[in-house]
Amino acid sequence: MISQLGILVRYQLRAGQSVGSLEPWSAEKYTLLLEGVKVENVRLVDRISSKKAALGTLYLTATHVIFVENAPDTRKETWILHSQISTIEKQATAATGCPLLIRCKNFQLLQLIIPQERDCHDVYISLIRLARPVKYEELYCFSFNPKLDKEEREQGWMLIDLSEEYKRMGLPNNYWQLSDVNRDYRVCDSYPTELYVPKSATAHIIVGSSKFRSRRRFPALSYYYRDNHASICRSSQPLSGFSARCLEDEQMLQAIRKANPGSDFIYVVDTRPKLNAMANRAAGKGYENEDNYSNIKFQFIGIENIHVMRNSLQKMLEVCELKSPSMSDFLWGLENSGWLRHIKAIMDAGIFIAKAVSEEGVSVLVHCSDGWDRTAQVCSVASLLLDPHYRTLKGFMVLIEKDWISFGHKFNHRYGNLDGDPKEISPVIDQFIECVWQLMEQFPCAFEFNERFLIHIQHHIYSCQFGNFLCNSQKERQELKIQERTYSLWAHLWKNRADYMNPLFRDDHSQTRGTLRLPTTPCNFLYKFWSGMYNRFEKGLQPRQSVTDYLMAVKEETQQLEEEREALEERLEKIQKVQLNHTKVKAKQSEPSKHSGFSTSDNSTANTPQDYSGNMKSFPSRSPSQGDEDSALILTQDNLKSSDPDLSANSDQESGVEDLSCRSPSGGECAPSEDSGKDRDSDEAVFLTA
Amino acid sequence: MEFAELIKTPRVDNVVLHRPFYPAVEGTLCLTGHHLILSSRQDNTEELWLLHSNIDAIDKRFVGPLGTIIIKCKDFRIIQLDIPGMEECLNIASSIEALSTLDSITLMYPFFYRPMFEVIEDGWHSFLPEQEFELYSSATSEWRLSYVNKEFAVCPSYPPIVIVPKSIDDEALRKVATFRHGGRFPVLSYYHKKNGMVIMRSGQPLTGTNGRRCKEDEKLINATLRAGKRGYIIDTRSLNVAQQARAKGGGFEQEAHYPQWRRIHKSIERYHILQESLIKLVEACNDQTHNMDRWLSKLEASNWLTHIKEILTTACLAAQCIDREGASILIHGTEGTDSTLQVTSLAQIILEPRSRTIRGFEALIEREWLQAGHPFQQRCAQSAYCNSKQKWESPVFLLFLDCVWQILRQFPCSFEFNENFLIMLFEHAYASQFGTFLGNNESERCKLKLQQKTMSLWSWVNRPSELSKFTNPLFEANNLVIWPSVAPQSLQLWEDSTNK
Repeated sequence: MISQLGILVRYQLRAGQSVGSLEPWSAEKYTLLLEGVKVENVRLVDRISSKKAALGTLYLTATHVIFVENAPDTRKETWILHSQISTIEKQATAATGCPLLIRCKNFQLLQLIIPQERDCHDVYISLIRLARPVKYEELYCFSFNPKLDKEEREQGWMLIDLSEEYKRMGLPNNYWQLSDVNRDYRVCDSYPTELYVPKSATAHIIVGSSKFRSRRRFPALSYYYRDNHASICRSSQPLSGFSARCLEDEQMLQAIRKANPGSDFIYVVDTRPKLNAMANRAAGKGYENEDNYSNIKFQFIGIENIHVMRNSLQKMLEVCELKSPSMSDFLWGLENSGWLRHIKAIMDAGIFIAKAVSEEGVSVLVHCSDGWDRTAQVCSVASLLLDPHYRTLKGFMVLIEKDWISFGHKFNHRYGNLDGDPKEISPVIDQFIECVWQLMEQFPCAFEFNERFLIHIQHHIYSCQFGNFLCNSQKERQELKIQERTYSLWAHLWKNRADYMNPLFRDDHSQTRGTLRLPTTPCNFLYKFWSGMYNRFEKGLQPRQSVTDYLMAVKEETQQLEEEREALEERLEKIQKVQLNHTKVKAKQSEPSKHSGFSTSDNSTANTPQDYSGNMKSFPSRSPSQGDEDSALILTQDNLKSSDPDLSANSDQESGVEDLSCRSPSGGECAPSEDSGKDRDSDEAVFLTA
Repeated sequence: MEFAELIKTPRVDNVVLHRPFYPAVEGTLCLTGHHLILSSRQDNTEELWLLHSNIDAIDKRFVGPLGTIIIKCKDFRIIQLDIPGMEECLNIASSIEALSTLDSITLMYPFFYRPMFEVIEDGWHSFLPEQEFELYSSATSEWRLSYVNKEFAVCPSYPPIVIVPKSIDDEALRKVATFRHGGRFPVLSYYHKKNGMVIMRSGQPLTGTNGRRCKEDEKLINATLRAGKRGYIIDTRSLNVAQQARAKGGGFEQEAHYPQWRRIHKSIERYHILQESLIKLVEACNDQTHNMDRWLSKLEASNWLTHIKEILTTACLAAQCIDREGASILIHGTEGTDSTLQVTSLAQIILEPRSRTIRGFEALIEREWLQAGHPFQQRCAQSAYCNSKQKWESPVFLLFLDCVWQILRQFPCSFEFNENFLIMLFEHAYASQFGTFLGNNESERCKLKLQQKTMSLWSWVNRPSELSKFTNPLFEANNLVIWPSVAPQSLQLWEDSTNK
């Protein structure tokens, strides 16, 4: 039943219930309900067990699809941003109603059953329009308001500053300088205006080189390794055809080599399969001829193009969607998708470059065709392997800002923010994000951030809630005045950084300092399917207890106990002073009353826990009753080892661990029986059908 | 027999040892009756001590006077020794071959091993059946200890003491034993305190083609049900396999004769099928090519994860019957010594918080594997590299440990022990200085006088210095039933066990 509403509706969000954790700032939400789109008695089908379906009401707003369950105790809400919608499929009407399948770019899959075919059709038509905006102004970031003032917004945009980043690398220096050749995007409209180039590369050389490169993307610095002066530069393919050459381009590469006095050659890495590169020659493009360039070593690394990658992801997602697949179905499908093979190819390219730079001390020029997809992947993987800074929370934001945003990765086309050519869509940055995850699995202590950080970045690349990833280039973003009209994701992530910390991070360990070294022997089994990303909305498939959350809670708790200890120590000191005076006075009066002096002091310390628990509600049951710092310490240790079940029960309900129980998808540890009941249902289906 | 007879060259200098992930070491190679030792004879360098019984297969090759022996271990390690001198190399190889395939158990290292540590608690007495029964007897009086198998006469693969329904006397048990494969009459495996439901296990009923029945058997099984309750019989074989078993005198319970029971067939593989799966898996892991696709198809072709999934699914089903349906279950396959034990023990991991503690897990291994008569000696005689392909060799226990690892991975804070504990158990099941995993059942262990002549693994493990290596720092006692996911996306290859 569709009712005509068209009014401002107010929703109360309960923490941790909707896609919620991704909906920042607002616990309350106001949103404009679209004219007339509210459907009741819709069922949301649980993908794992088809028996279970939640009855509720479906709302369409200007920005979201919202499903609110009827169940009065939970009123669980599911929020889906229109920009997250990838495909909408209306299936044949069945006796129970008309099924509508919504696939999202963050790999959520929503199966709704709408009682009336007519309603289903209306929703379908509306969503098709809403999911494919034609103007940037229709995107969520232009209406999203986190209730920050102008100043806060501007500060947010200043959090990540690339000129600071180049300074950190040690630039400018004797070999590299900031070039203004691309001022006002005069040479290349998909490049940033501020670029570092070799000192010996004159404007004439740069402009000449740019004319010999696809879309005028001339070689520019991506990363400088200050330990040995080797660098990673990036460009697009040369317009060499079968025989063309360009003196300035040759000089440009020469200049890059000269900027690294330690080496007498550079690697030119073409990240395409050789066949693809050769085919490009027929179109007047192609790759560098070693004979024309002095002192280059040319190398192909076969990473497939965006179309292959799009199909590969599609195939892998089909495997993820299988209902109770057998192990063979799954492994066969995973292999058939080729996804992990592609991930490994990107990693291998990054490893090759990182090795060339750090071990051989040789500079590398990387390109593919246009130099904005594979090149971005490979440069950023190599940088991540080389420089521990990029493995920190802020450094990782910088890395994406540098190799992806500033160098003109076409976010709008690749992630389909605006309605466009579906052939342009491809999971290029998704693959990079997965490469980072694969590295995190192999080096669990090397990254300051955790898996959730990666997942939230992936989410927001598609969400269009923040302006960072809008458009296809820096130039377009400037024209659109993104910074004045939208908010920065980085500021949002930074503000909530406590959620994204990896408690295992150690930057002082021999394995995590400097370049990450992967085993030289090929280890295919190191590359794994990332169910935390591709099946992330199917909580039943994820580990039920999160080590990260557990450790963060312990850390937080330890910190609180530390503070408590300090406070108590201070107090103890004061009391001792007071008591000392007290006893002195009493001692003067008479000898036997010395004891009563102690008993008063006992009383006063006995009162301490009460006062204390008033101040710090989190530890009422744990505050050491005699204010004894030693016992507080012992308690902490006990809790870490959890040898005392009573204690841990307390901590679950009352201490920092409470956060854990809300956040973690644990069906076991702290969950009430209702939760394990849910698990039962889903498992039941699985066990019986398997 | 003197070991010296088998050792023609006890010592060779200038031998180079190659191990994956370690730099090569040059040193002196020594052979003793039970060990292969390589020492660089320098300070601070690790020596290699390898038990001969850990050696699964060896290859040798020669390049001029330099011989190379490649030793493939039962724990999947592959090491290479470069030995100067053709004669020395041949001598070493033939000695290793002879010493690693001694057929008399009493020549095995546990009978010679003298511990260097002080025994705090004798592991042979750590888990006595009487004590285990006491844990139940406070909650129920429906069960009793039976000494009917005291002389191992009723069932050679059972321990002397078993738990049976109180209402069934020993005479009936003797009759039931003649109706069950290997004399393995139904006994109590687990009592779920929360609702009084039980897991029982047994061998298959010997119904044969003409549908033999046994009144005592029916009475015994029904005696475990409370009034008005129904139960499930989980047969770990497919219906087809179970039907075929009738031709050989085996079979399954006819529902007509066991009206209060519903039978469920699962298909957990056994014997050489599992062994071949392990061989393929290890082969795939050792594959040194760069090709990602080949790796996945080899992993798939090994079927290892398929077996894991099937075993876990069956265990979850069993646990679900107990905890959610409130129904007791009887589990058996053919003999009731392999897949049956995988299911009963994993179901307890899921249901019983105690079995997720170190002590409780040891008790579980003791109860559900050692005393329950899993034939370790036969199953673990060879590992992934051996070509002998004997029918009785099978990585049943390794699969169980792998399944535990899968649950541990999904509930990383609910286990008191860590992955190293599981790997340690795997290694000791195949080659050990301790007597715990010797023999195929309690009867054999008694005859071998293991308690007097060898040291128990538990005596060593349960010392605080060792325990600290096996303790999971994330452990927080979780008193709930834990339901693992068995979807393919949730199961992973246990790398650390297969990739050394």
